[in-house]
Amino acid sequence: MRHKDYMGLGILLLVIIFLPFVITNDYYLGVLVFTALNCLTCIGLCLLMGYAGQISLGHAAFYALGAYATGILTAKLGWSSWMAMGTGVIISAGVAFLVGVPSLRLKGHYLAMATLGFGAIIHIVLIAAVNMTGGPSGVVGIPSLHFFGIELNTDTRFFYFSWSTVIIGLLLALNLIHSRVGRGLRAIHGSEDAAGSSGVNTSVYKIKVFMVSAVYASVAGSLYANYVNYIDPGPFDVMHSVLLLTMVAVGGMHTIWGAITGATVLSLLPEFLSSMSDYFESLGLSYQPDYDTLIYGGILLLMMLFLPEGLVDGMNSIRRITSTMFIRARKKLVF
Amino acid sequence: MMINLRRQKEVRAVKRVLWCGFVLMFVFFFSTATLYADSKAYHVGCIFAITGKASWLGEPQKNTVEMLAQKINESGGIDGKKLVLHIEDTQGDNTRAVNAVKKLIKKFNVCAILGPSRSGTSMAAIPVAQAANIPLISCASAEIMLQPIEERGWIFKLAQNDSDAVRKIYDHLVKRGLKKVGVITGTTGFGAAGRDFLIKMAPEYGMEIVADETYAPGDTDMTAQLVKIRNSGAQVIVNWSIVPAQSIIPQNMKQLKMEIPLYQSHGFANIKYAQAAGEAAEGLIFPAARIMAVDTLPKRHPQYALMAEYKSEYESTYKDNVSTFGGHAYDGIHLLSGALEKVGDDPAEIRNYIENARFVGTGGIFCFSPKDHCGLDKTAFELLTVKNGKFVVLEP
Repeated sequence: MRHKDYMGLGILLLVIIFLPFVITNDYYLGVLVFTALNCLTCIGLCLLMGYAGQISLGHAAFYALGAYATGILTAKLGWSSWMAMGTGVIISAGVAFLVGVPSLRLKGHYLAMATLGFGAIIHIVLIAAVNMTGGPSGVVGIPSLHFFGIELNTDTRFFYFSWSTVIIGLLLALNLIHSRVGRGLRAIHGSEDAAGSSGVNTSVYKIKVFMVSAVYASVAGSLYANYVNYIDPGPFDVMHSVLLLTMVAVGGMHTIWGAITGATVLSLLPEFLSSMSDYFESLGLSYQPDYDTLIYGGILLLMMLFLPEGLVDGMNSIRRITSTMFIRARKKLVF
Repeated sequence: MMINLRRQKEVRAVKRVLWCGFVLMFVFFFSTATLYADSKAYHVGCIFAITGKASWLGEPQKNTVEMLAQKINESGGIDGKKLVLHIEDTQGDNTRAVNAVKKLIKKFNVCAILGPSRSGTSMAAIPVAQAANIPLISCASAEIMLQPIEERGWIFKLAQNDSDAVRKIYDHLVKRGLKKVGVITGTTGFGAAGRDFLIKMAPEYGMEIVADETYAPGDTDMTAQLVKIRNSGAQVIVNWSIVPAQSIIPQNMKQLKMEIPLYQSHGFANIKYAQAAGEAAEGLIFPAARIMAVDTLPKRHPQYALMAEYKSEYESTYKDNVSTFGGHAYDGIHLLSGALEKVGDDPAEIRNYIENARFVGTGGIFCFSPKDHCGLDKTAFELLTVKNGKFVVLEP
């Protein structure tokens, strides 16, 4: 890990520790919990997309596997939440292995289509396997998580817990990137043939990173089930996979920090826009909820047009441009 | 070296500007709460699926509550206090529903919540409202929302029970002496719930389910399923679905020259479905809220005056057909404004008021009790039929 990454982690940790003292409203903490869950999934997706260069349009399926493992095992079979989460992780990794072996032989659009199909299949199973998943009515009464005897039943507690998980996930991912494996993955992203010829076992690496990213999504899914106490197939459709992909792309898929930024911005944006609408309404301006969707789309469009490399990379290039402008201006002053 | 140092300074300056931008966005987002401190008004929260895949539910509900709130406030409010509605959009999404309920409770300090529109979003929102001790009056129909009743003390619902629709149909079948039922359902939450009740309650009424077929919401032909039902010797078909595909069944039956009667669920109560089925829909029977056929209801019916008023007001304001779903919102606002007038805006008092409330609404004649948080039974439904492309009451 680099010096900058330690700095980033430190700052994030401080922000997380002190945020609940500043924000005491459960609504905001709740929004930030969902943000944390998206961050967690996006870290995994970023490892797969940004570092190994493989596209997945089916990550909501792993999210769903985690959530349903927790839901079914705890609410219906009475397991402990931790056991259920672990089982979810094992199932997700196993499924990722099975799906990964044939589909990671594919490249580009074909891989995207294969994962898209996989996501759709899992979603259909959730709806149709009524006896197991409860079908469209979902799983009710999922218990809250217990952490060393403390029930994580308030938003503040779950906020700390979910963001701690994000930090641990981040730490592991950053370590992975700056290891031999990480360099191998980046080599695959650059050129698979070249990576293979210099001794990187590309297929094994690809499957492994696919499994790792599935595990991240699965843990996030389990936490979702424990936090909301209810799941149905709704949040796990293909559109959620697309949303996750958008988060990573908006933030910038070349760094983990980009994925975190993208996930945070796109999780907060809808709530931010809905607060805007309250604000406009309090000023007496008529504001339809449909406008939110328009503005949301507009912002995404602008980001992709002007910051195609994502927010973080975009910020860096803005910084570069402005700093060269500073230097030029100063040179003019000196001479 | 010098340049490098200078560059670093500038980089830091730019970074600072960017951070300030982020922080400002955050501060703005987290600070709008102070805008609302109007204690001279009653604050009620509404969450509907106004946009997104379930907007056909949420749109009429939003229109209805806005229309009613305006009317109440124009006539002087409730006890001289204004009724302020905070309307949130769930987009039919569970996560957004959870956030919206928290926002209404923690940010706007509402005294009660009307909605959500869908069963799924309601189920996701229920733990939040229950933990915060705020009455939540759902506009969705799933009966599981109120079970177990000990853990759902703050949850109410206004939509009719699916099981009561089944009772209404089976009652009519008993009357006609039909016993062998062919069931066909759509694979949605609504269809699955209906299928469960149809099968579970059949023995109670002496019915025999001789066929149990399903179809996906996107299917365009159900001939195969219908032939199976015909071969099973069914005397009657019950189709339970809320998706447009259900309009294909009467058409397929006509093509197959099947003469046995067809019953639909209350999910058919949308005039567009009858229009889509065309002539084939004539004569089929389905239970529905009376609001769908106000014009053919006898004027002496206790619900008539209220529904006729709602229908004419809604249809003249929004140039759209009145629907059962908007009716739930209508009943909700009536219930809540009654509660606010009687007991003020203390959530616990409102809850106690609702538990003992009795009133005539568009959904039926409500009769809540601490044991029954729905307050409706099978009399909330009326059997309707299609006549000349219109919904009419079967036995007025």
